Amino acid sequence: MNKKALGVGLMLLALVALTSLVQPSFLEPVNLQNLARWIGLYGILSVGMAFVLLTGGVDLSVGSIVGLSGCVLFLWIQAGVSEVLAVAGVLALGTLLGVVHGLLITGLRLQPFVVTLCGLFFYRGFARYLADDEALGLPREEHPGLFRLVESSPWTLGMPGPFVILVVTAVLAAVLLNLTVPGRWLRALGDNEQAARYSGIPTGRMTVLAYALSGLSAGLAGILFALHVSTVQPSVHGNFYELYAIAGAVLGGCSLRGGEASILGVVFGAALVRVLYNAINLLRIPTQLEYAVIGGIILAGVIADELLRRQALRRSLRHGPGG
Amino acid sequence: MRLEARGVSKRYPGVQALDGVDLAAESGEVVAVVGENGAGKSTLMRVLAGAATPDAGEVLLDGQPLPHGSVPEARRRGIVLIHQELALASNLNLAANLWLGREPRRGPFLDRRRMRRTAARALARLGIPHPPDTPLARLSLAERQMVEIARALAHDARFLILDEPTSSLSHRETERLFALVQQLREEGTGILLITHRMDEVEALADRVEILRDGRNAGSLTRGEMDRDRILSLMVGREVREFFRHGRHVRPDSVLEARGLRGRGMSAPVDLELRAGEVLGIAGLVGSGRSELLETLFGLRPREEGELRIRGRPVSTANPARAAAAGMGLVPEDRRRLALLPGGSVGDNLALAALPLWQRAGFLRRALLRSRCRELIARLRIQTPGAEAPVLHLSGGNQQKTVLGRWLAREPRILLLDEPTRGIDVVAKAEIYELLDGLLEEGVAVVLVSSELPELLGLADRILVLHEGRTAGLLEGREATEEQILRLMLSAMEERRTA
Repeated sequence: MNKKALGVGLMLLALVALTSLVQPSFLEPVNLQNLARWIGLYGILSVGMAFVLLTGGVDLSVGSIVGLSGCVLFLWIQAGVSEVLAVAGVLALGTLLGVVHGLLITGLRLQPFVVTLCGLFFYRGFARYLADDEALGLPREEHPGLFRLVESSPWTLGMPGPFVILVVTAVLAAVLLNLTVPGRWLRALGDNEQAARYSGIPTGRMTVLAYALSGLSAGLAGILFALHVSTVQPSVHGNFYELYAIAGAVLGGCSLRGGEASILGVVFGAALVRVLYNAINLLRIPTQLEYAVIGGIILAGVIADELLRRQALRRSLRHGPGG
Repeated sequence: MRLEARGVSKRYPGVQALDGVDLAAESGEVVAVVGENGAGKSTLMRVLAGAATPDAGEVLLDGQPLPHGSVPEARRRGIVLIHQELALASNLNLAANLWLGREPRRGPFLDRRRMRRTAARALARLGIPHPPDTPLARLSLAERQMVEIARALAHDARFLILDEPTSSLSHRETERLFALVQQLREEGTGILLITHRMDEVEALADRVEILRDGRNAGSLTRGEMDRDRILSLMVGREVREFFRHGRHVRPDSVLEARGLRGRGMSAPVDLELRAGEVLGIAGLVGSGRSELLETLFGLRPREEGELRIRGRPVSTANPARAAAAGMGLVPEDRRRLALLPGGSVGDNLALAALPLWQRAGFLRRALLRSRCRELIARLRIQTPGAEAPVLHLSGGNQQKTVLGRWLAREPRILLLDEPTRGIDVVAKAEIYELLDGLLEEGVAVVLVSSELPELLGLADRILVLHEGRTAGLLEGREATEEQILRLMLSAMEERRTA
């Protein structure tokens, strides 16, 4: 296992142990079910984000794509589009938006931050326009099949749907990243884009692929978030989710400089953020402090990582043959 | 005043850039510093200006040692290095640039009136025909260079170090700069001038210092200056024979370029490469050598001309196509353009050949591992294993790793840009031996090198480039260093006078 994934895994384990010791209700099935559902929802976003961070970019449009996806899904189904078609359509929409980001970044050489920041505003505005700024809802009882995606069932061995979907997504992402040529190319591109280009790697296409995967995962998470809350407020649904996605990925060992990502670490990182939330509630820390606690923990994690990295570098400089 | 370097040595990883060099310049004197690429000129100038810390030796100003490696201190004592890349802010106006970093203040505010007034005087003194509030961006490159000199003078520079100041100037701009240098000499400024151009040496220098392989190779005063003497001192060393020429050359043409010009190349180039042949490319830095290789490899868009591989026209629209057509490129800047710094030796070796090592979309990891092991053994890369971080390797072993990346694809054509720069003698010899084996198998090599002995030893034919133009094509067997240098220099002067 990747060292960073191991580190954040241990942190997660420690937090789980501490919380359940202090507050045994943490381990109650209802709480665990809920926790796993949230881990699934946010984890999917972090996995998608990991591909973009790996290339040295960032995707700020994720939260707005979640909002837009929810609105479009509900509008289409309300308009009588079949459930399967609506879901497929939203996934395609998310992917397409990602491809557009990627093409703007590689073709016009725009900065990822700026392109996806514009996306953040644009999709939010568009979602509000489509929904006329009113809440959209879907009655559960009329669409039992669709809502099963976010519920626990014997099919999912009793685990919440989003968690199972996260596991499947993460496995596919890890296979792509570790066992295929595009995965190796993405890593190389993030490590040194020029070297990748000089070695005959289609760096433009690989960058587009990364943003497409982030868009796809945002679309997928958007469907699940909408079904989970079953009522979508177009102006707020998905707000700030891109920042949670980045937080999970960074805690999981991704560097904003690019070149580093472990899918397992990212899943652990996303889980850590959700367990923290849960722990803040259970341990009766004033909820007004929750952002402060999360910010502090992430900062501590990043500082620890940086210090360890420097130490490793010093050690390797001492022992390396050099020159 | 007298600026002096005494016994200066400086080692960079893999190269002894300077080895006990002495140099002196007096106020009101122009000293030209010449030598081949890599002779140590720029390093010596950086040491004088405090931009590099020498390992041994000292820099003296009127006999007083200067503290090592401090640019601000050197500037305070009046020693200023004017770089090839200018250190000005193009978004500010001329007055602001002249005062950059030393802005006069009145209370907490900039004293803008004083900045403008003194700037106007400094600009007039050098004959720069622009008011002080002109944005720098509106000036030509030559004028910006003048502004940089004006800035140095406004700050009481006593010694100016000019590093190839005319490399990007037109004929007229060069004349203006020369006139300025002569004016400054009369006013008592000491000037150190790095140059490749013999006509500049003859026109300006009171004395010429020749460096070779990081050592003093000779010093000639104005009366003793003679182009042949300078050249022979620059070359100076015996030429080692690496291989016998033409041993492996076969008659079949592998690569043929007709009127090929890529973006950023100033003139079309023709070349032909046969199987088992080494085509050397000689030229100064900035002569378009790397641009030519990058165009061949599809890294630069082709603007005109034709490229054939084994007689068939090919489109090398991107490096992936070029690699598929059997080419491989080892770039000059290993760290920036070739290595994956975060990767292992294996990651770096496998980079170009990954598409060949997959089945049904999945990487064949066992095959990848065994191929990496083979390459490490074949190239004699000294590493604990394929998993070791590539940055732990020495420069020579890193270079072998980059070369191995292409060998993994069994290329027919290798484009090598300074393949032995900054690596130790043993690794160099191993790379030569490896190349010999490849040539025997019929691989063709285009070799760009600043080391003339290397070109003469390896190349079957040598294409001499100057500012993107072909200055000549020599048979490697008959060529000499002086002949190559002369071609590069005469090409440049023909154009000057034309």
